[in-house]
Amino acid sequence: MQRKKECVAMLLAGGQGSRLFALTNNIAKPAVPFGAKYRIIDFPLSNCINSGIDTVGVLTQYQPLVLHEYIGNGQPWDLDRSFGGVHILSPYQAKTGSKWYEGTANAIYQNMHFMKMYSPDYILILSGDHIYKMDYNAMLQAHIESGADCTIAAMEVPLSEASRFGILNTNPDGSIYQFEEKPKQPKSNLASMGIYIFTAEKLYHYLELNENDVSPQNEKDFGKNILPTMLAAGEKMFSYRFRGYWKDVGTVSSLWESNMDLLGKEPAFDIADPSWKIQTRNPLAPSEYIGEEAVVHNSMVALGCEIEGTVVNSLLSANVIVEKGAVVKDSVLMSGTVVKSGATVTYSIIDENVTIGENAVIGEEKEVAAGKGKTNGIALLGRGITVDAGMTVSAGQIVDRDVKGE
Amino acid sequence: MAMSAVGVIFSNINEDKIAELSRPRTMASIPFGGRYRLIDFTLSNMVNSGITTVGILTKNNYQSLMDHLGSGKDWDLARKAGGIILLPPYSDDSDSLYVNRLDALKGVTSFLKKRKEDYVVMADCDGVMRIDFSKVLQYHIEKNADITMVYHNETVVKQPYYMTFETNESGRIEEIAINPNVVGQTANVYSNIMIFNREFLLNIVMDAITHGYSSFGRDILTKNVKSLKLYGYRFDGYYAGMDSLLAYYKHSMELLNKDVRNELFGARDIYTKVRDSAPSKYGDEAKIRNSLVSDGCEIEGTVENSILFRGVKVAKGAIVRNSIIMQDTVIGENATVNCIITDKNVVIRDRRNLSGCETLPFFLPKGSMV
Repeated sequence: MQRKKECVAMLLAGGQGSRLFALTNNIAKPAVPFGAKYRIIDFPLSNCINSGIDTVGVLTQYQPLVLHEYIGNGQPWDLDRSFGGVHILSPYQAKTGSKWYEGTANAIYQNMHFMKMYSPDYILILSGDHIYKMDYNAMLQAHIESGADCTIAAMEVPLSEASRFGILNTNPDGSIYQFEEKPKQPKSNLASMGIYIFTAEKLYHYLELNENDVSPQNEKDFGKNILPTMLAAGEKMFSYRFRGYWKDVGTVSSLWESNMDLLGKEPAFDIADPSWKIQTRNPLAPSEYIGEEAVVHNSMVALGCEIEGTVVNSLLSANVIVEKGAVVKDSVLMSGTVVKSGATVTYSIIDENVTIGENAVIGEEKEVAAGKGKTNGIALLGRGITVDAGMTVSAGQIVDRDVKGE
Repeated sequence: MAMSAVGVIFSNINEDKIAELSRPRTMASIPFGGRYRLIDFTLSNMVNSGITTVGILTKNNYQSLMDHLGSGKDWDLARKAGGIILLPPYSDDSDSLYVNRLDALKGVTSFLKKRKEDYVVMADCDGVMRIDFSKVLQYHIEKNADITMVYHNETVVKQPYYMTFETNESGRIEEIAINPNVVGQTANVYSNIMIFNREFLLNIVMDAITHGYSSFGRDILTKNVKSLKLYGYRFDGYYAGMDSLLAYYKHSMELLNKDVRNELFGARDIYTKVRDSAPSKYGDEAKIRNSLVSDGCEIEGTVENSILFRGVKVAKGAIVRNSIIMQDTVIGENATVNCIITDKNVVIRDRRNLSGCETLPFFLPKGSMV
């Protein structure tokens, strides 16, 4: 019997994530920490394994070190396999010269031999920018049943926001008759989620075709080039309706909101759902300690934290220290960060291993801060910096170097 | 540091000391400290000392231990060469399971013969400590000892079985006493860790088989204290001996002390099986004071001076004080508990009121419902 995989997933993880500013100075967007324990890439990887897809190529390009180290051999996601499993696909040097990935389609094109190694019938294209739980196998079954050449996952968005997305105009049976990338006057509110299933031979064909198109307009992009070309050529394209939580965490404010969506008794996004476990690389830390005078309300706190101060409406990743008298409110603190006594952190996102000195003031109340700066008022501190005692970082400020006192 | 020693862990020995918790499992797999099992400390100490091959002797009820260890990957011991090797009871001359340490060692001579390492680090699972075995081994080599036994100084409390000894200035053990009447006094108490030259260990085990010896302590150590080069290695760090349920309770509560936590966990190198729970969630009305909380917990009520294992739920209005609540236990609405130890998967229904006291914590067995 020929060794093959029915479906191979290709995860586009090369995005720079420039709208996350300091958070992506040194790491690729899919490696950005999320939800007190996870990283963004945990979601598509967990969705794959939960959907029975055990062969995943992860295409990296921008600042890949942390991402590569994080994925490792794929063991946390059960993707360490002798046939299949997770594979990092970085741009490489070939006999004809080395090439960076030029667009999403070109990135997949350059890894054609990887896909063909598994003789798949279908290829699933994913991106590493979204927080969601989705059964890709259900989508694959729909793709097979409809006999489509390409199936695009889509969900309804408010019409006012539709012009930010690729919009699908569909017939009642779900087949697509028009695809508009970020239309000014959207005809529908059915937005593409950037998740595609292709029948493998069709994908190979259109990738070759696109690669040979030397016109300057060709951006070698799925949304802008591959999908419209296929539609124009009369290929059978279907939409697959997704109903559930799905959030693009490409901006500081959407990342903050999505984190907050995990809180509450009935959270907008249930990350502890036992029927759809999100797998991740676990921190090596003991249980968290909540001290004598600590107050912790409506928050998520990860292992290894030591809380002596006050934590309200916040998410704290592993090994965060909040000293006595310090107050953390409406904030996301990534692992290893220390908030010294008397400091306050309000409406902020603090990256890993930041030290906030005694009585320092970071951010302002959400209501006052809203709209300030490029982050909708969220104060943002980058990885590994130190804010000296008594210093202030105001609402909406983005800081990626030490804040020194006198 | 690469170390020419193989680890041997006794997963069952001494489990009668803490029968409540060892009934459904081995001593090694008794949960401790929110997210660990007792064997995690012994195993992590070995791994952190550079030991890469560990034989684990099992006897009864070792399902939970096998489930916990898996392939050994969480300790970095899923190896082609060495790694974790489970050693279930083996005997070619009797139908019964081994009854003592010497018997058990007879069953693993073939494992020990096959190894190439020069030394054997032999440890039980009833002590929680952080010890560098490479230092003990160095001491063993320097003293040119036959056996080096690790001990600590403690005030002896009543317990079923213990061994004390006297050493001279050079560290050589001159007298060994089994269960001496020194309750209430401080003594050099054996910490259930020994280092041997591998060939020497094999020789004494073979010799014991020939002579029909049955007790390692009585027939080998005490009898030959003058002729063997027995050395004591004094361990001065934090040592928590799990001699009884009360000791278990007391030592668990010591983890609320920052210094103890820092010594055991400060270097973040105690490994355990990962469970992939979400981080714990604290509700709007949660009041938590001086407590350890593990991943996957959901807390709506009050928790004071307690240790919550993974996946514990404390409902609204519930009060948990001075208690150890193990994995996936549910404390119902407005229930009040004080000084209790619940094993895994216990359900305390709404408005129940349960209390033990600090000298006699109330124990609820695995899966019970109140």
